[in-house]
Amino acid sequence: METIAFIMANLPVIGQRMLEHVSLVGVSVGVAILTGVPIGILITQSRAWADRVLYVASVIITIPSIALFGILIPVLSLIGQGIGYLPAVIALILYAQLPIIRNTYTAIMNVDPALREAARGMGMTTLERLRRVELPLALPVIINGVRSAVVLNIAIGAIATYIGAGGLGTFISRGISQTDIRQLLTGALSVSLLAIIADYALLGAQRLMTSPGLRLR
Amino acid sequence: MAATGLQTAFRLLLITGVFACGAWFQANGLLPAILKHRSDVIYLIRQHLALAAVSGAIAIVVGIPLGVILTRPRFEMFADAVTQVVNLGTTIPTLALLALSMSFLGIGAPPVIFALFVLTLLPIVLNTIAGLRSVPQPLIEAARGMGMTPAQILRRVELPNAVFVILAGIRTALAINIGTVPLAFLIGGGGLGELIFTGIDLMEPSMLLAGAIPTALLAVFVDFLVGQIQFWLVPRGVNPLR
Amino acid sequence: MIRLEQVSKHFGTMVAVDRIDMEVPTGAVCVLLGPSGCGKTTTMKMINRLIPPTSGKIFLDGKDTTGVDEVSLRRSIGYVIQQIGLFPNMTVEDNICVVPDLLGWPRAKSRKRASQLLDMVNLDPSVFLKRYPKQLSGGQQQRVGVVRALAADPPVLLMDEPFGAIDPINREVIQDEFMKLQAELKKTIVFVSHDIDEAVKMATRIAIFRDGKLIQYDTPDNILAHPVDAFVSEFVGSDRTLKRLRLIKVTDAMMSDPPRVKAEDTLETAVRLMDEHGHVSVVMVGPRGRARGVVRHEVARDLKGLVGEHQEPLPGIVNIKDDLRSAVSQMFTHGVTWLACVDDDGFYKGYITQKSITQVLGTTYRDR
Repeated sequence: METIAFIMANLPVIGQRMLEHVSLVGVSVGVAILTGVPIGILITQSRAWADRVLYVASVIITIPSIALFGILIPVLSLIGQGIGYLPAVIALILYAQLPIIRNTYTAIMNVDPALREAARGMGMTTLERLRRVELPLALPVIINGVRSAVVLNIAIGAIATYIGAGGLGTFISRGISQTDIRQLLTGALSVSLLAIIADYALLGAQRLMTSPGLRLR
Repeated sequence: MAATGLQTAFRLLLITGVFACGAWFQANGLLPAILKHRSDVIYLIRQHLALAAVSGAIAIVVGIPLGVILTRPRFEMFADAVTQVVNLGTTIPTLALLALSMSFLGIGAPPVIFALFVLTLLPIVLNTIAGLRSVPQPLIEAARGMGMTPAQILRRVELPNAVFVILAGIRTALAINIGTVPLAFLIGGGGLGELIFTGIDLMEPSMLLAGAIPTALLAVFVDFLVGQIQFWLVPRGVNPLR
Repeated sequence: MIRLEQVSKHFGTMVAVDRIDMEVPTGAVCVLLGPSGCGKTTTMKMINRLIPPTSGKIFLDGKDTTGVDEVSLRRSIGYVIQQIGLFPNMTVEDNICVVPDLLGWPRAKSRKRASQLLDMVNLDPSVFLKRYPKQLSGGQQQRVGVVRALAADPPVLLMDEPFGAIDPINREVIQDEFMKLQAELKKTIVFVSHDIDEAVKMATRIAIFRDGKLIQYDTPDNILAHPVDAFVSEFVGSDRTLKRLRLIKVTDAMMSDPPRVKAEDTLETAVRLMDEHGHVSVVMVGPRGRARGVVRHEVARDLKGLVGEHQEPLPGIVNIKDDLRSAVSQMFTHGVTWLACVDDDGFYKGYITQKSITQVLGTTYRDR
């Protein structure tokens, strides 16, 4: 009850924090798509490089977020950006690489070789094949990767409050330090809700962007 | 030819990078400063690992039987519902889960272990269900046709064929677990997070790194270890990696 | 016309195709035949440079393909594969228009072409154009696969076991349809197969491969009648003579202008006619010449009267356009040694006997 009262009283602040959180996740995943998808496509050309890149990305993702923030802070403080938005965004970009690169890579590798042969035999260039056949077929899986990245980054974004990046995690950190259940629950619920909503929204986007021919059966 | 050239370039870059970092640390006087925290680090690593081990062990002991039960014919109807709920559960951010756990159980190790247990349990249950369901139906039919009891089928056919997927779940779960332990400090559970968070608050890079570097290495090492166990424990016939 | 000159392909030390010389005339269907790993598919794929030849030259209509850009070369050659390879993310219409789109045809023109092509393979455009590949049966998918290759109207078509993945009943139907289409379009076709029956049915020329070498390149009848070596004769099968029955039409093996009687003729006339020709029976025809019945010598010689009163039903008839396989099958079904041959309207054109069939099959052997 108290929590609801708190939420009602602080709606503008919650909105503000929500916006910070969304921008943190949006920017990092946006950048990660721009880097991860081309990398995922490129490494389909070489098994050795694919193994290497995926290995590095999987090591990065196992590093606990606060530890990665911790390592980035002294490095970035060299350019005067030790605390705040930048280390958070960089860490989130790094975390988002694995799901996006891996899904892009596997999706393209899983395209039926017969389709690739048909495309080649009909006289498509490599780029035409990528654009007309491989990417449309891989798209649902790539979006799934983006989806995992977004959910992951919403969770990690909550921790970014401890390095001064704001976001919904602020309610949780204040709730903990002030042993204020109302703030604690406000933060926990809003960040969970954001994650669940983003998850379903991207699921919807995936359905919309998938060719109807792939949705059948 | 170009590939091997790139390969050596890659390796050189890596070595130079590590070397440069080391040199920089040393020049800053950061390395000695980090080493000052050695005794703290060793104590906290122990605490860190204890939290992960206890919560992880409970989750494995509970999670696998739960997954098995949910794939038995009598309870199968619940499996989909449980999967749905668990999937939803995995989208809940870890910090939120810790916070919720604290709001019910207070401060200290118990809420941390409970939160870590829940986090770890979810992927284990999911993968146990998925692994058992992926066992080809003809195998089970053949086993039944040879006169195996349901318990024998489970032990001799289903579990051995699902073990790879189940272990993959345990690996994911433990990676999440060990990745979340640093947050335990926030609700009074101790662990290496103590050095990191305090280091951030005090703006003291040496303390920060004394926590962050072992935390990162520990997580990478545990994941590597579980990966090796998964690789060697799963028999060749059902191990896609071997 | 496609001409291969000393074409070889080496994969490392393995010689996949060894100095092939062959020429496929314009409008011919050339079936490349052989066991798996014999180099037939590699040979075909060298024509559109999916596999670049190690040495040798390939000419399309007299033009060396070595100098041609491989992408534009492939766009000018139709290509059908066994797995069909329809793009699941595109509608049937877009699948058919892939090459026209790549070539930059105006949209209206290519879409019109797509619906014409669907019509040609008996798929209703209004139903199928907007469907996705997964909504089609295997046979329908393969039909679309074939017309997709025809979309930009290429003079040459490469087909890699195109009907291999289809069940036997549908395969026959699609093969027949395809032959009809080919009779109209007269494309130059190179067709890879491992099925001798399919080859005999479709080919104007068969090329038999073994271990990368072209062993025999000839018409189907010659391959069956005169296999050059033990490998070919084993490959075409010990029943190769039966297979040849398919290649010969009844009209080419029957005795034409046969003796005949009418209902109002007397039995005496019939007996005299039979004696004259040394036959044991004679066919009775209707007023305009349709085969109606038969009079047997042993019946007619002891009786008096008219043919119409003593005729018996014909034991078996066969259409002159059928092949000898159906003729022989008829004979066995009815337990007879001869059949009356009629045209589409039922007019009596001749008769065919087991002996005449043996003789026709024998001529090519005696040619040697």
